[in-house]
Amino acid sequence: MTEPLTTEHLIARSIGGDRRATGRLLSLVERGGPEADRIAELTHAGADAGRVVGITGAPGSGKSTMVAALVAAFTDAGDRPAVLAVDPSSPLTGGAILGDRVRMAAVDSTAFIRSVATRGHAGGLALSIPGAVRVLGSAGYTPIVIETVGVGQVEVDVTAAADTTVVVVTPGMGDAVQANKAGLLEVADVFVVNKADRPGADDTRRDLELMLELGHVTGQEDLGHRPPIVMTNSLDGTGIEAVRRAIIAHGDHLRSSGRLVERHRRRARLELATRAGLQFDHRVRQALDSPAMRAAIDDLAAGRLSPGSAMRVLAPLVDPTAR
Amino acid sequence: MLAKLGLDGHDRGIKVVARMLRDAGMEVIYLGLRQSTDSIVAAAEQEDADAIGLSMHNAGHLTLGPAMLAALDDAGLDIPVVIGGIVPEPDVAVLTRAGVAAVLGPGASAEEVVATVRRVVGRR
Repeated sequence: MTEPLTTEHLIARSIGGDRRATGRLLSLVERGGPEADRIAELTHAGADAGRVVGITGAPGSGKSTMVAALVAAFTDAGDRPAVLAVDPSSPLTGGAILGDRVRMAAVDSTAFIRSVATRGHAGGLALSIPGAVRVLGSAGYTPIVIETVGVGQVEVDVTAAADTTVVVVTPGMGDAVQANKAGLLEVADVFVVNKADRPGADDTRRDLELMLELGHVTGQEDLGHRPPIVMTNSLDGTGIEAVRRAIIAHGDHLRSSGRLVERHRRRARLELATRAGLQFDHRVRQALDSPAMRAAIDDLAAGRLSPGSAMRVLAPLVDPTAR
Repeated sequence: MLAKLGLDGHDRGIKVVARMLRDAGMEVIYLGLRQSTDSIVAAAEQEDADAIGLSMHNAGHLTLGPAMLAALDDAGLDIPVVIGGIVPEPDVAVLTRAGVAAVLGPGASAEEVVATVRRVVGRR
């Protein structure tokens, strides 16, 4: 057995290109706690230099295959890409089957690919993803591609961690009203219509164009950047280079317009809010377990106390300065 | 981390095992078919795997099992390897002597599979 390495050693090795050290650091960041804080302290400076790209879309839209092709294109262009492939944890058991590597087999020795489970708990990813991005950034990986299933809070947390968000849609998965409902339109900086060799691809494109027009009418859009729509076929590589260029163009736009600073600020704010929220939750749960609150909970359950009155018992236990 | 090493295409069993481990609350990274010892080593490094499970149904275990252990050793990785699938009784001892952490046969129950993985991971 070799001696366990200190965090400093791991970081030095990770920066030197040791994939095993990087893999280990990502596990520590995922686990959270003081060790994760220590790693964040040692990796946060300069870790923002790289591009962070979020890729999201419905299950089966071909995201993983497209990410593999995209990562190969970045590697060909001389970059050193990494992928954080996010898959859901089972809400019942906490377990997960992370299968994104199956579609990325062609690039799994050139790019650094890490599977990430959402691990259910509120805000968990919102904390661990920025930490993982810092570790990969300090190890010199760019772009860092975060791939996630486009449903619900997870995708919002993840896109908040990205500079550029690519939304992948496919023909025949519902019209633009569906896309609008899913909330994907607001987060997209680049649209990809994947499996564009299938019937209906042009209809999908037109639907998206119409929706973008509406964004223009309601004043939602970033005036300097209209999300391009790129038609792709990940299997034969059609359009992949165009996606790569669109990502770079959007990154350049963010830099030149000053919006990158704005996105970084938003990200910092979200990370702090999440941390503070978790701390607060912890205090609330502790207060709920106190003898005074147990009595109040019994009274509330039996109808002897109103929810408002129970809150007046709880509030000073959570925050002694509250009235 | 679960993988099919080599050209054996029988993946029903490994998918069942993936599900058993997930239902026991584990995070299973599934690499799929036609992996090489190199691709498994690369994935194990990036994923910081706690244990590697190989499924074998084509009598390749006596060649590929030790080859996997040697590749991990060469990379300086100390990760337990469990082999599951069709392994004739006399070969089990050969594999364990070679350093395979455990061998699971076709009759293994979910409890047995989960307990075996917990045991080999706990031993690290």
